[in-house]
Parts: sequence; C-alpha cells; structure tokens
Amino acid sequence: MKHEKTLGSNERNAFMSDPTHLSLAEARDALVSKKLSAVELTRAHVEAIEKARALNAFITETPEPALAAARDSDARIARGEARPLEGLPLGIKDLYCTKGVRTTAGSRILDDFTPTYESTVSANLWRDGALMLGKLNLDEFAMGSSNETSAFGPVVSPWRRKKGEGFDEARIVPGGSSGGSSAAVAARLALGATATDTGGSIRQPAAFTGTVGIKPTYGRCSRWGIVAFASSLDQAGPITRTVRDAAIMLRSMAGHDPKDTTSVDAPVPDYEAAVGASVKGRRIGIPKEYRIGGGAEINALWDQGVAWLRDAGAEIVEISLPHTRYALPAYYIIAPAEASSNLARYDGVRYGLREKGRDIVDMFEKTRAKGFGAEVRRRVMIGAYVLSHGYYDAYYVRAQKIRSLIKRDFDEAFAAGVDAVLTPATPSTAFAQGEKGAADPVEMYLNDIFTVTVNMAGLPGIAVPGGLGADGLPLGLQLIGRPFDEATLFSLAAALESAAPKIEFPQPWWTKAK
Amino acid sequence: MSVDQATVRRIAHLARIAVEDEEVERLGAELNAILDFVAELSSVDVDGVEPLTSVLPMQMKKRSDVVTDGGVASDILANAPEKEDHYFVVPKVVE
Repeated sequence: MKHEKTLGSNERNAFMSDPTHLSLAEARDALVSKKLSAVELTRAHVEAIEKARALNAFITETPEPALAAARDSDARIARGEARPLEGLPLGIKDLYCTKGVRTTAGSRILDDFTPTYESTVSANLWRDGALMLGKLNLDEFAMGSSNETSAFGPVVSPWRRKKGEGFDEARIVPGGSSGGSSAAVAARLALGATATDTGGSIRQPAAFTGTVGIKPTYGRCSRWGIVAFASSLDQAGPITRTVRDAAIMLRSMAGHDPKDTTSVDAPVPDYEAAVGASVKGRRIGIPKEYRIGGGAEINALWDQGVAWLRDAGAEIVEISLPHTRYALPAYYIIAPAEASSNLARYDGVRYGLREKGRDIVDMFEKTRAKGFGAEVRRRVMIGAYVLSHGYYDAYYVRAQKIRSLIKRDFDEAFAAGVDAVLTPATPSTAFAQGEKGAADPVEMYLNDIFTVTVNMAGLPGIAVPGGLGADGLPLGLQLIGRPFDEATLFSLAAALESAAPKIEFPQPWWTKAK
Repeated sequence: MSVDQATVRRIAHLARIAVEDEEVERLGAELNAILDFVAELSSVDVDGVEPLTSVLPMQMKKRSDVVTDGGVASDILANAPEKEDHYFVVPKVVE
C-alpha cells in the first residue's frame, strides 16, 4: 500500500473546493445562498461514489435519478421555494423500501424485490427536498456488528490502522449493521445517511467511523416500509459527520405516521436549535456498571468525556443501573424471537427467491436455506426454539421480565433528576475483517454491550466521536436520554463535539480512476 | 439446557429451514454457545415482575373497520416469483 503524500497548496485548494467536504448544514447554506448548485453538489458525490467502489458501501447506485432531482431542486431554489433539505444528496440504508428501486436488506432471499411503495421515513426526506444517491450496504436483515454478514460482501471502512509513518493493510470493518451508511458518510460519499438500530446498529458503526449517529426514542420515527428485524426494538435514525447535521436530518425523518401504530403522535421539535445550547446545570449520570465492559483505552476516553461535560457546566453524578449485565443475554432471546416471527414471511410465495421443492413445505425449507445466510439462519432457529412449546416461559417471558427491570433502572435514574447518561459507545476501536466471531457468534455480539440496553428500554441514544485510539481508529462516546428528549442529547453531544479533538476524516486512499 | 442433534433438526423444521446432515453438529454447537450465553438469566429474581409489552405507556391506536385501500392487485403481485392472472402460484397443497 502506498503512503499518502503531503498535500501541495494547489491540491489543498482543490480539496477545499470539493463540495463533498462540506457538512450537510454548510451544503444547505451554500445552496440557498447560490454559492453552489444542487447539480454540482450531487455530481461531486456521484463521482466520489464511482471512484469508491473498493469500499463496497453501496449495493445500488442511482446517479441519474439523483441528478434529475438535483435539477428540480435548483429550479425550486431559483424560484425561492427551497424546502428544508432542498438538493441535499443522501444515502439510504438498503433496509428502507424505495419505490421502484431494488431493496435487498443485504439478503439473497429478497432477490430482485422492487417495492411499489416508499418507506415513510425516506418519503419524509424527499418531502423536505433531499435526494437519494443510492442504497447502502448492511448486515443481512441488519443482523451483525461488522457488515460482514451482507450477501453483497463486506463494507470496507475508509479508516485504516496506523503502522509506523503509514497505514496497516488490514481491511477495517465500518461496524454494523449500518456499515454502508457509516462508511459512506465517513468517506464523504454522502452528506448523511439513513440507518436503523435494533441493538446498536446506528451507534456502533458511527463510533467505529468517527461519525455521529442517533437512535431516537422508540416511536419517534415510523417503522413503516422498513424491513422488520425485531419490531419492539427497531428504530430509524441518521448517521452524519456532525451533531448539527444529525439534528437537521432527524427533524425531517421523525413524526407521526398512522401506518405505524407504535409511532407517537407528538410534535417534532426543531432539534437544530438545541445544538449549541448551554448544558450548564444538566445532571449527567455515570453508571458504574459500564466500567467493566470495555478496555483501558475506552475507559480513559470515558473519563475524558466526563471532564469535557463538567467543564461545559454539567453536574456529574454516579448512578447505578444494576441490571445492565443482563441486557445483552436478554436481547439475544427477544431479538431472535421477534426476528423468527418477522422473517416467517420469506417463504418464496409472494416475493423474492423461490427454490423448487417436492411439495410446498419442501419449497419453503429449501428457499429459506438458500436465501438466508448463516447468521440469519442461526437467529431464526434460536428464535423458533425460545418460542417453542415448553421453552416459551423459561426463555421469552423471563427475558421480557428482565427487560422491565432494565427499563426500571433507567426510570429510577431519571426520576432522581438525571438528564442524560454518559457511557462509552463501544468496548474498543474497530477490528479488522475476519478478526471476530468466526469461531463463536457470541464474540461478535459483545460489541453491542453498551448500546443494547437503550433499545431494551426504548430510550434515545447518540454516539459522538471522542478522539482516536492508539491504533489511529476512532472511539466514540454515547449519551442516553429521557424518552423523547432528543433535544437534550443534541445539546450535550454538541458540547462533547466541540471539546473533543476534531476528527480528520481519511484521505481517499480507496480512489480508483473511473 | 442444551440442544442435541434431534432438537436441532426439530428447530430447523419449525423454522422451515432445510439443514444438511453434515451441518447439524456445527449448528448444534453454535446454538448451544448462544444458549450458554443467555443461561445466566435463570439466576435473576423476576418474582412479581411483569413482562414488558411496550416500552412506552401508550394506548393501541384504533381506526374504524372500513376499507381504506385496495385495487392494487398488480402491485401486490409485481414481485411474485410465479403468478397467473391475479394469483400467486404454489406447488399443489391439496391431493
């Protein structure tokens, strides 16, 4: 692998004028003030995507519709009719159904499924003027923490480990399941991306790539039109390069939807207004039980995060969340149980792959054996087991009771006056492809140890970069908030973002000439 | 609790996933690794605790029991692996 050369002054000018280096907020302002056109902005991203195929972040690229939408946006801006996200190019996780554009969920079983409808959350983004660059790679059915279970191959992180003056050749994972989303945003292939989070699938990939990811409160975003994994845990959210950008995207994505009975009919605040607001006097809980889950490096960053919030005027209190250690095992009963039920629909009858069989049951079994990858098969089988006769009470009902205890821990902390909880986002920096989970699936599951409690309790959680580890890879912190208090999370995350060392995203070593 | 090979085959059939004979042993080991991981839950005192059914205290929303959609048979069949007119085609299920 070749070493990166230092940028000369001409190259630096070109680098600065590359619109893919703008934040979403900066691009929005540049479009509205006509310093940049939506077509220029979109073309720059389309070209970056074409040159970045080595990262495998996209399953489907949609450059022509993106450029057509950009031309419409330029016309709207010219007429003074710009909407909140007018002309901003985004990537969409390929778990969101997109009308007329193949949707795979990272699985072979959906074959060339092309929805005849649009997911509510993506429709909300298009309503506000954003445009789609393509569909982003992910772990199959969002089951994974490294994007290695995708039927379309693993995503490569734009980040590399340091080695002497250069970089190690090992291919680093971008986290998962939203690995295409995190890699695309970190590699500046999109201004932002949609993602989903069932046990950490927004926050862990964000932490691994130095990006920001928020899983909002359960019910904040509609799940309609998003391929279901575990319905009581799944939530949609954005991955972006700044806290402000996440606030802008979430405002458009969130909101009540009559088509999802669990979506909440409550007004969506202007989250961007919370970015930069004072955090003076906010009470931040530090759960002592989280001290055991990570390494020395992440614990040191956690201490640093405490100091940053204290310096910003927040009050730090130690809290106890005693059932934390049971969250991950309970999750690995509840999530597979719901998955086995949700994935029963892939039967080779109505859509997707069909394998011929000697009768209908044989057709079901062969279709599902061929269409599902190893991790999905494993989880569907575990789910079928814990829901089966004689085991339902011992496993599933017990796990749901433990879930009540986990939620009660948080309820008590919030009742005692804590505004948010600060924890690490992941136990360590990202690992390389093939390094984890090959012999024992549980090894991979442990990646979600800090994030999964948040889904179990239905709370909002945001991952925000804190700096780089000794290996040169990003490390993230997590803030957990009260239900529907995403605004406070944005204020606190912005305070961390401004105190932390600025993340310099990697230079494009992955670029190939067209 | 640990699963044996007969149980692996039973679960696979419940899940409607065909398994090859040579996969059964490995699958059993993987499933047992997961079951070992969740085993510590049996030590938690859950007496008197209600199972969580919704993370938010909310009333199930209801709507009037009327037709609100329809006439989209072609859309519904658009992705069918095998279809005839407005029907999904499956292998014969009745003798």
